[in-house]
Amino acid sequence: MTDVSSLVEGRTGKWEVVIGLEVHAQVSSQAKLFSGASAAFGAGPNEHVSLVDAAMPGMLPVINQFCVEQAVKTGLGLNAEINLFSIFDRKNYFYADLPQGYQISQYKQPIVGEGSITITLADGSTRDIGIERLHLEQDAGKSMHDQHPSKSYIDLNRSGVALMEIVSRPDMRSAEEAAAYVSKLRAILRFLGTCDGNMEQGSLRADCNVSVRRPGEELGTRTETKNLNSIRFIAQAINSEVARQIEIIEDGGTIDQETRLFDTSTGQTRTMRSKEDAHDYRYFPDPDLLPLELDAAWVETLRQSLPELPDALRTRLMDEFGLSAYDAGLISEDRDTAAWYEAAAAGRDAKLVANWMTVELFGALNRMGLDLADSPVRPDQLGQLVERISDGTISGRIAKDVFAIMLEDGADPDQVIEEKGFKQVSDTGAIEAIIDTVLAENTDKVDEYRGGKDKLFGFFVGQVMKASKGQANPGVVNDLLRQKLNG
Amino acid sequence: MSDKNPDFSLDHNSDHNVIDKTTIQKIAKLARIEIAPEREDTLCGELSTIISWVEQLGECDTAHVEPLASVTGHSLPMRDDVVTSGDDPDAVLSNAPEEASHFFVVPKVVE
Repeated sequence: MTDVSSLVEGRTGKWEVVIGLEVHAQVSSQAKLFSGASAAFGAGPNEHVSLVDAAMPGMLPVINQFCVEQAVKTGLGLNAEINLFSIFDRKNYFYADLPQGYQISQYKQPIVGEGSITITLADGSTRDIGIERLHLEQDAGKSMHDQHPSKSYIDLNRSGVALMEIVSRPDMRSAEEAAAYVSKLRAILRFLGTCDGNMEQGSLRADCNVSVRRPGEELGTRTETKNLNSIRFIAQAINSEVARQIEIIEDGGTIDQETRLFDTSTGQTRTMRSKEDAHDYRYFPDPDLLPLELDAAWVETLRQSLPELPDALRTRLMDEFGLSAYDAGLISEDRDTAAWYEAAAAGRDAKLVANWMTVELFGALNRMGLDLADSPVRPDQLGQLVERISDGTISGRIAKDVFAIMLEDGADPDQVIEEKGFKQVSDTGAIEAIIDTVLAENTDKVDEYRGGKDKLFGFFVGQVMKASKGQANPGVVNDLLRQKLNG
Repeated sequence: MSDKNPDFSLDHNSDHNVIDKTTIQKIAKLARIEIAPEREDTLCGELSTIISWVEQLGECDTAHVEPLASVTGHSLPMRDDVVTSGDDPDAVLSNAPEEASHFFVVPKVVE
């Protein structure tokens, strides 16, 4: 079925975009997939390299059990089929940062089969995106080409690091859906703890397969844009690739099936290698490794021990705290945000806490360039602030002033309210006195109001609130004003 | 099954080579080796013979046999997730033809 809303308008009519993603997620292990060298980021050149990773003769790979466990957990988190029997293959190609001359990967029998992810779009609608497979494989080393005019420098620290390649079905129809897919996948990986999802450090990278077609027609020729390391770049690369393909086809040309690179400085994709140079990987089972056989009972144990995942958390936030789908989506994006929220909302007006957190707090942190973990306001402090609004101590407007002070010095809201004399005035005597003064100063307006100009009521409320420096309880002001003006 | 299998003979002089010159050059490119044109004929013959010989396996009916990935019957040995090696770039680089600041140095490769 063609979703009409996501079609792209060309010069000659509408186009449907078809996107499939291959995401490489680094397993959050201490050691590499087949060696005992560290998988940590940021060491000096070739410091995290064993003789296995450097492919010295006679070295044999021995698989890291933790990595197998993380792949299975991820598969379970993607509602995917776990294959109790899988095989490691050699994917053969020559490159300077691949000393073995092949990458150990899984080809025909991967550890995880079909699954799916539910994505939520900005309008609140949801879509299921199919997962074709997940397999374990080795990362390659890193080449640097800018150190020397005629030489490349090779660092093998990443060589042999465990990656999970997660391949989607070509189920996405827009850059927005692709971005939502990667966000959701990253959230699931983080909740599971199987990958840290750090895109800047390369723990999560995506290859985007993009093609366009007339709605309902056969699939067009696709291109693959490699190694995108931010969600924003994924969206940019897709949009630029879609525009390029549509322009070529509308000009009477055809799309070459090729591998492309995304240039972050121009926001455009460019050819990396064409079909003629396409790799012929000559996959075959790695004779150094036996088939990977899993125990069904062990898989079941892992399934039972899975943590709460984003979808379940989101549903719980909606059911338990009455949050909107949108707020619940924002708060369930990562586990720490959800924990922060739950600590703030416990025993308080949960919807109001969510509103303060997503609007005021996130807005302020954004302006200050801070993460939630570095927030000057603690969860219990935001909760207390909301409690003071709920129990009528301060108005919502005054609460913003209190919040601004809390952001500056991390003070408790009660302390700020006390020290700054922000307490809301609900004492009818005090408010009546203010009202009397306001009415005495505006006798002309009082006459107009009584003469039928009802709209002036708002003016009087405003004047009273102003005279009380915003501290008068608006409900009490309304009641008393009405009595005095109409009485 | 068996009626689909071509009848490969072991005749060295078969002029019906299954490996042609284009394939020879493709394999050479994938293996990063250079094959002089005058060697192509010999290699076509030799490789075709080898392929034909292996093709004899096609005569076996394997329709109901699971693919075999291992003959030992052992299960895959595993390691714990513990760092046990590394931190020795000098050893890793000791056989490198060229190195600089603990990097391997190779002729420039840019795709």
